[in-house]
Amino acid sequence: MTVGIISKIHPVRSHSNAAQGGINAALNPDDSWESHAFDTVKGSDYLGDQNAIEIMCREAPDEILHLEHLGVTFHRNDQGLLGTRAFGGASAARTYYVADITGQAILHVLYEQMLKYSDQIDRYEEWFTVDITTDDDGRCSGAIMRNIRDGSLEVFKAKTVILATGGSGQIYKPTTNALVCTADGQAMAYRAGASLMDMEMIQYHPTTLLGNGLLITEGARGEGAHLYNALGERFMEKDAPNKMELASRDVVSRAEQTEINEGRGFPDGSVHLDVTVVPKKRIHEALREIVMVGRDFAGIDITKEPIPVKPGQHYIMGGVKTDVDGQTDIPGLYAAGEVACVSVHGGNRLGANSLLDTLIFGKRSGVHAAGVAKQRNMPDVPATRLDQVRDEIDERINRAPGTGRRVSEVKAELGAIMDAKVAVYRDEAGLQEALEVVRRLKEEAKTATIDDKGTVFNQDVLGSIELGYMTDIAETIVLGAIERKESRGAQFRTDYPERNDEEWLKHIDIKLVDGEPKIEYSPVTITQWQPQARTY
Amino acid sequence: MPKYTLNIRRFSPETGKPAYFETFDVEMEGHRPVLDAILEARADQDGSIGIRCSCQAAICGSCGVRINGNPALACNTLLRDAVATAEDGVTIDIEPMGNMPVIKDLIVDMDAVHWKKVDRVVPWLVPAGDPPEREYVVPHEAMVDVTQTMACIHCGVCVSDCLSMEADPEFIGPAASAKAYRFVGDPRDSATKDRLVHLANDPSGIYDCTHCFKCVEVCPKGVAPMNQIMRLRRRATGDYKIKDHNNGYRHEKAFVNIIEKWGTLHEAKLLPDSYGEGILGKATPDAQKNLIGSLPTALRGLASGKVTIPKVLHHHKIPDIDKVQDIYKKVEGRPERIELNLYIVGEDADALEEEGASEVTPIAATAPAEEGAS
Ligand SMILES: Cc1cc2nc3c(=O)[nH]c(=O)nc-3n(C[C@H](O)[C@H](O)[C@H](O)COP(=O)(O)OP(=O)(O)OC[C@H]3O[C@@H](n4cnc5c(N)ncnc54)[C@H](O)[C@@H]3O)c2cc1C
Ligand code: SF4
Ligand code: SF4
Ligand code: FES
Repeated sequence: MTVGIISKIHPVRSHSNAAQGGINAALNPDDSWESHAFDTVKGSDYLGDQNAIEIMCREAPDEILHLEHLGVTFHRNDQGLLGTRAFGGASAARTYYVADITGQAILHVLYEQMLKYSDQIDRYEEWFTVDITTDDDGRCSGAIMRNIRDGSLEVFKAKTVILATGGSGQIYKPTTNALVCTADGQAMAYRAGASLMDMEMIQYHPTTLLGNGLLITEGARGEGAHLYNALGERFMEKDAPNKMELASRDVVSRAEQTEINEGRGFPDGSVHLDVTVVPKKRIHEALREIVMVGRDFAGIDITKEPIPVKPGQHYIMGGVKTDVDGQTDIPGLYAAGEVACVSVHGGNRLGANSLLDTLIFGKRSGVHAAGVAKQRNMPDVPATRLDQVRDEIDERINRAPGTGRRVSEVKAELGAIMDAKVAVYRDEAGLQEALEVVRRLKEEAKTATIDDKGTVFNQDVLGSIELGYMTDIAETIVLGAIERKESRGAQFRTDYPERNDEEWLKHIDIKLVDGEPKIEYSPVTITQWQPQARTY
Repeated sequence: MPKYTLNIRRFSPETGKPAYFETFDVEMEGHRPVLDAILEARADQDGSIGIRCSCQAAICGSCGVRINGNPALACNTLLRDAVATAEDGVTIDIEPMGNMPVIKDLIVDMDAVHWKKVDRVVPWLVPAGDPPEREYVVPHEAMVDVTQTMACIHCGVCVSDCLSMEADPEFIGPAASAKAYRFVGDPRDSATKDRLVHLANDPSGIYDCTHCFKCVEVCPKGVAPMNQIMRLRRRATGDYKIKDHNNGYRHEKAFVNIIEKWGTLHEAKLLPDSYGEGILGKATPDAQKNLIGSLPTALRGLASGKVTIPKVLHHHKIPDIDKVQDIYKKVEGRPERIELNLYIVGEDADALEEEGASEVTPIAATAPAEEGAS
């Protein structure tokens, strides 16, 4: 059996790098996986599937130890043991971290391991997946890739395929997500016939830098930083008297947005995150990255001045619907990480649970997919499929400029409408308007033009393909948000401000049937935690 | 809204044409990064401008370029700072990084150079035997220490302008050396000696660095590769008595002594001090060969303005040389060895007072760096 890893950017450039804060696990003797699981269930506003959450939280401690053994330079306490920091929505300090480069450290160490086993793993770095193929029985048979370096197109036949393509944040502007987070995997799976789930659940992070949307890690609040409005009030006292700044993200983001909407924000439309209350040595040791972000991207010294922040798009809880082994609706096709929806995050993801999700379900998908691959013959992908994809890409490249809008223009409009109408607070009228615009943009994307006619590193044509991915997925996000007529987790409907367990304690699934999105429901798995009112 | 002119070096191998410069005018606030301006030019004017980029936050390591001749990340260089170093005060020159072949426009082939070098340092942890049941117990400081090199984002900015790599393309280079220290400094790794023997014996290994400081100066993540190289050398010669064919240990001692005496690097004295008085006088045959090999380096220093004639003739002690000497006293007065570590930078003096003396080291390490940057 051979394994190939395909990535449209060099793997160490992947967006997991951006995860500053850390990764959760109940590893301390006085902590328990049940407590971690309960926090996650509550954080999800009871939309998370509890069987999956149990698996994730039970397997978390061993995963941290495994990473530690591979070489991740986790922070130590005075005794030389793994040390933790506090994170939002958690009842214990169970976030393990590497300064504020946790994701980078984990990603790089995993890449080191990939180099170590390079005799067993083929790496295709800077190859772009254009299409997931299925055979006549509806099984996944491989994928079609474009070699970015020379523009050649190839079929990768595969017994099993795992999507680990990350998030979709570029659908919004601003976003904390990197330019490569363009919903590729979600869109390819959706087009191939897989169901998407919980797509309406878009997380807005409470502390993104005003202006460019860069993330200020929750670790800052974990280390003790405060939020203030323009009146100098620590407004979280009103909304979460116990957990204050460390309530769940949806709660803190809404509180901030309320302050801003009701005129208690600063004139630039921000609230202030004050890190100066954290001891300096600690800032330099544990929040080094945001010292640099403050200095390089906002021109401020965060050890001396408050940081202007506002809620900003950060994470998509929804994604390709999978079971606890990563299997999608399409046999042989798996999904893990931010592209997938198991669902462990439900309506709202807790900070530092996402890296964990990628690792636990990534591993489970790998184990399962390898087992299935051993039992299967290599499928065939007809050459006509490759020709079809090649023609389609050539058509994009050859569209005459001026015959449609520029790809960049369509993308900008998409980002703006999503951030305006499908954000922290939503209502029917706004969502309907967004649907109309997104559907128009989806059509415009089909004729949008680019400039680059070349084959070597034609990033322009990749942008055009990505735009198609994003408009498809944006439509499902808006449809989900319209469908869910209640407020739960990240979905807050001002026209339906209450959570309504009777009618809406269920997942919204969306799949493509005869070219049209079709909505279905699926039940939420509850094992031991019945829904309760959610206060922090 | 201020207007900026980007002068971008364009190259596409498919056209058969040589590289050329093309200018793009962009209106944008000066506190926005150069990358945003390039992306705006790409969005509105020419979608074929090639540049790798993703995070826009100096964390993915994609966007290394040369801005007005200096290697940097496009995403954390602000337009107003870039224009300040422009030759004509207006036009920002943007070129691909050096020391690596250009693929297209601002995109270089890092596999062919950087990643190949990373492969040379056995870039994974080699633990001794089976892992413990729980975590490895290791000192807090050791993890903070190697995290400095873990913070390397493999952007290649240091590789771009490494002086030694220009002279010897096989040189292991700053980033791969930092990667090597990431394991050598990690108490969980069991291959320390092998790693050091390998790095020391490799003719293009750690003793091939000319201490030009460029990598320290340009690294956007404070990895300070040259410092890691010096620490690798110290470990190799000091801890493992690995014979240094290239005379680097004496070079390093000379370096340390010069800093103690002058506070900054006295480049004119460095070569003679490293290789023996009267230049060829007492030097070993190996060292003589190396000194001759180093001469072009010194000359290049002259040519690039790094070693200027006035500098050679009048080398001034820095004003607060007492402070530097105090640091030496403190460091040398301690029973255990302290590694110079730049990891926790930016703390001001009062914080140091509060927290005790152990963080005095950054000042020692940064003082010469500033000189090197001049
Ligand atoms: C700023 C920020 C901070 C965060 N902080 C934390 C935190 O502290 N703790 C936490 O747990 N989570 C955090 N998260 C969330 C977490 O980082 C992400 O959810 C997680 O890293 C996603 O990992 P992934 O493996 O799914 O995707 P990614 O790491 O994004 O990887 C996706 C991969 O897929 C490849 N790919 C995508 N499309 C294609 C295609 N078409 N063809 C070929 N390859 C493709 C990409 O090249 C890339 O290698 C943070 C997120 C952000 C944005
Ligand atoms: S100090 Fe050494 S490694 Fe760094 S740039 Fe100069 S020659 Fe290269
Ligand atoms: S050492 Fe610094 S400059 Fe060099 S590759 Fe790493 S992060 Fe970039
Ligand atoms: S875009 Fe990621 S480092 Fe600049």
